[in-house]
Amino acid sequence: MSLDALAEAAGMARAAGPADAVGGCPARFVATPGRADQLSALLRQCATEGLTAVPRGDGTKIDWGQQPTTVDVIVDTARLTGVREHSSADLVVTVGAGTPLRALQATLGQSGQRIALDPGSTEATVGGILATNEAGPLSHTYGAPRDLLVGVQFVRADGTVSRSGGKVVKDVAGYDLGKLLCGSYGTLGVITEATFRLHPLPISRVFLIRSVSTPAEVDELVGEMLDSRLAPTAIEVDLPPPVERPVPRQLDGTGPSGSGTLAVLFEGSALGAQARADAAAELIGGRVCPEEQAPTWWGRYPFGPDDVGLRLSVPVADLPAVIYALGDAAGAPVPVRGAAGIGVVYAALPGDLPVVRVAGVLDAVRRVLLARSGSCEVLTAPEQLRAELDLWGPVPGLELMHRIKEQFDPQRLLSPGRFVGGI
Amino acid sequence: MTQPQVDDRTRDPGRTGIADDGTAPSARMVRLAERLRERIGADKVLTDPAQLRTYECDGLAAVRVRPGIVVLASHRDDVVQTVRSCAEAGVPFVARGSGTGLSGGAIPVADGVLIVLSRLRQIVSVDPDNARVVVEPGVINLWVSREAAPYDQAYAPDPSSQQVCSIGGNVAENAGGAHCLKYGFTVNHVMGAEVVLPDGEVVRLGGTASEHPGLDLLGAFIGSEGTLGVATQVTVRTIRIPETVQTMLVGFHSVRDAAGTVSDIIASGIVPAAIEMMDALAIEAAEAAVQCGYPQGAVAVLVIELDGPAVEVDEQFRQVRELAEARHAFETRIARDAAERALMWKGRKSAFAAVGRISPAYYVQDGVIPRTRLPEVLEEIGRLADEAQMRVANVFHAGDGNLHPLILFDDAVPGAAHDAERLGGAILDLCVDLGGSITGEHGVGVDKKSKMARQFAGEDLDTMQLVRCAFDPDGLANPGKLFPTPRLCGERPGVRTAADTPDPALGEVF
Ligand SMILES: Cc1cc2nc3c(=O)[nH]c(=O)nc-3n(C[C@H](O)[C@H](O)[C@H](O)COP(=O)(O)OP(=O)(O)OC[C@H]3O[C@@H](n4cnc5c(N)ncnc54)[C@H](O)[C@@H]3O)c2cc1C
Repeated sequence: MSLDALAEAAGMARAAGPADAVGGCPARFVATPGRADQLSALLRQCATEGLTAVPRGDGTKIDWGQQPTTVDVIVDTARLTGVREHSSADLVVTVGAGTPLRALQATLGQSGQRIALDPGSTEATVGGILATNEAGPLSHTYGAPRDLLVGVQFVRADGTVSRSGGKVVKDVAGYDLGKLLCGSYGTLGVITEATFRLHPLPISRVFLIRSVSTPAEVDELVGEMLDSRLAPTAIEVDLPPPVERPVPRQLDGTGPSGSGTLAVLFEGSALGAQARADAAAELIGGRVCPEEQAPTWWGRYPFGPDDVGLRLSVPVADLPAVIYALGDAAGAPVPVRGAAGIGVVYAALPGDLPVVRVAGVLDAVRRVLLARSGSCEVLTAPEQLRAELDLWGPVPGLELMHRIKEQFDPQRLLSPGRFVGGI
Repeated sequence: MTQPQVDDRTRDPGRTGIADDGTAPSARMVRLAERLRERIGADKVLTDPAQLRTYECDGLAAVRVRPGIVVLASHRDDVVQTVRSCAEAGVPFVARGSGTGLSGGAIPVADGVLIVLSRLRQIVSVDPDNARVVVEPGVINLWVSREAAPYDQAYAPDPSSQQVCSIGGNVAENAGGAHCLKYGFTVNHVMGAEVVLPDGEVVRLGGTASEHPGLDLLGAFIGSEGTLGVATQVTVRTIRIPETVQTMLVGFHSVRDAAGTVSDIIASGIVPAAIEMMDALAIEAAEAAVQCGYPQGAVAVLVIELDGPAVEVDEQFRQVRELAEARHAFETRIARDAAERALMWKGRKSAFAAVGRISPAYYVQDGVIPRTRLPEVLEEIGRLADEAQMRVANVFHAGDGNLHPLILFDDAVPGAAHDAERLGGAILDLCVDLGGSITGEHGVGVDKKSKMARQFAGEDLDTMQLVRCAFDPDGLANPGKLFPTPRLCGERPGVRTAADTPDPALGEVF
């Protein structure tokens, strides 16, 4: 296909450069459609010519998932932006998929509202967050992106523009295709527009910060929080690798210590949030502090661009066992951080480990997880490791997922090879 | 309860070609029954017409179809064997939980098998440490909360039918309830399911943990109205029972004030556990049925419930009271204890049945509008009702704009059922025109499948059918529901599909 033809269909296109590679796979073109109908024309043309397409938002997670087999066209959502409709009194907002979440939250904040979503990649676009189902601390109370998405418009591989759900918070008419698109890594369709359920911004946010030294202790404290009636909005744990010489913990458990931290967020009225945090401190100890003193690690991934980034999801009560297993398999404690109250945590392995070591760690941890209905996904890894690793581990229902892909994208043109089982 | 059928095609018996009373079962039904008796035991396979009659309809009593065979599954393997046998024989099957569905989702197929799951009532496990309960699909919604109660936990989705409806049915319909304003719907509380796919394969979707690698097949299955397979086990999450629950009942002299109060509460940043509204006719019916003592002379009442930590709720409750008073609430009652709270809820939760006290028959609709349009929608419903010379009682989940108009009619009057159904259809059109939905929680079933084309474009429906084709290429699971027109899933020589046969959901119309 010629660049001109692409530009004609999408309204804007250019030749791809080295920076446009997807997880090491070079791209040929970058097309930036400005409307759903342009995206539709673009994908129809790709389908006719058998060209593969990979959607991209801000590119914050473009190296997540497996490297696609080929990338002919990057579908950049940078022009599919903006708030289409914000019915603040109805608690819904409809936005273009390329809209950065941060900008969207700023707009919503002016009406005292938010999407209760705080993923780790701060520059991410709405579409990218949905496609990777990326969630942060608030998921403890509000769930993952799929739980907040009430409607979605997307374009299928053959160019068909399709919609599911709607613009009201309650709607059970037809299949909820938004659920399938969330976390599908751009393999079923390109999201153009999303409608979210909104929540009021809390008046006050107060943190309880408590040092912890072992996964077992984390488990105990999290259990206390979940059993209490204090309704924490989020419970996050940070277990960095230990410093060489352990520093003794102070008696009140408020650190400083070389080990980890448990941070519990209380949102509500000014009085209420403070009172609940104080009550929580009575229960488990620690220091209550205002939002400005939130831990710097709050809502950030423990892995950097050169690390192997893992996401572990387990039943909460199994979290300590799995963290220990991870450390045992790696031969040293591994930095772990995440939503301890719902059993979804992230971990980092050094990216310079030999591939057999990383594969060995994954195997060992997944064996422990198997019996506990948990999973360990590699979200991201340096290029040279990624292609050699099983990023997802065992995936129940994989055969059915292949059938879905076959229906939505029989030519395998959308992000081919990027997702589970080579989907 | 008597309700008319909406789909016009069901009125055309010429198109159905379905066995009537007294017609001998087809040869393939006889063969299949024989095979099922061998595989799962004779006592679980019903073919006696008198016994089959019990299962002719669900909560949408107006459509009745006598199933070819009824299987009373008492073990998960019975379901697997039955579905497998159906797949081998190319015979459609329909799952049935408690049969309380209001959109006709569990209406049988005449030349097919109805798989009754109400004997699958084991609580498989209760795991308070992980806040999970695992149940068989026939388990009643309320039992889950009962099981979790000793651990101070509860199952949040609370449809008004919670004393009788099944978890399997809840999953299939993505059931809601009064408290989904704050807590979300079934889909937000179901973590995993074991599903028998239409080809007899068993898959586990989701699980005990929060996240799983791969596509969210569980999310797609929930709310699919039995068209993608049969759930044989369900893992739900339970929530911590809140420290305090406070409930108030507020009477208004105008709908506009009641609706305005709801808007003011939301605008003030409060997310109540529930805000329910009833209009004068619904109040009258509830009063007649359960003597709930709602404020006399009220044109509208709100039941408002807040829950959470006392330090938050006490303050918000005071605010809500002020907001209601500013909108001219003429009576505000606050439940002093659990018994008083239960009475306030009783009027609301029994509203459907209560309407039966003031009318020979009624038809329940379920639509959604952007909540802010409530006053104008109620006015318009009133106008439509006057035009049709019918009475409509309105009960709704006001917080999220989910309407339940109850259309009253006399089924002894010829044509009245049809008029009621037309009025219901007009109300749904109104919902769609305002940017809402044709169903917020009761599902599409047979009742509203023709309205799907009103809410969605052809492309949207085609895309949904792709999911159907992935799960059920032969169209055997609950055919004739949800979609306005069946679709062929590619060319599969020698395989019967739903499209080859007359719409199986069509049957006798009463
Ligand atoms: C008085 C009254 C009040 C109600 N209030 C509410 C309310 O507040 N909120 C609400 O959401 N609904 C309400 N309903 C509707 C109804 O109770 C729900 O839709 C409920 O979820 C249906 O459950 P059931 O077990 O009766 O399912 P059924 O009616 O037996 O079946 C419903 C659908 O589910 C399918 N199905 C059943 N079991 C399975 C399974 N195991 N696997 C796959 N598919 C299955 C059936 O094929 C059918 O399509 C009310 C109904 C009544 C009569």
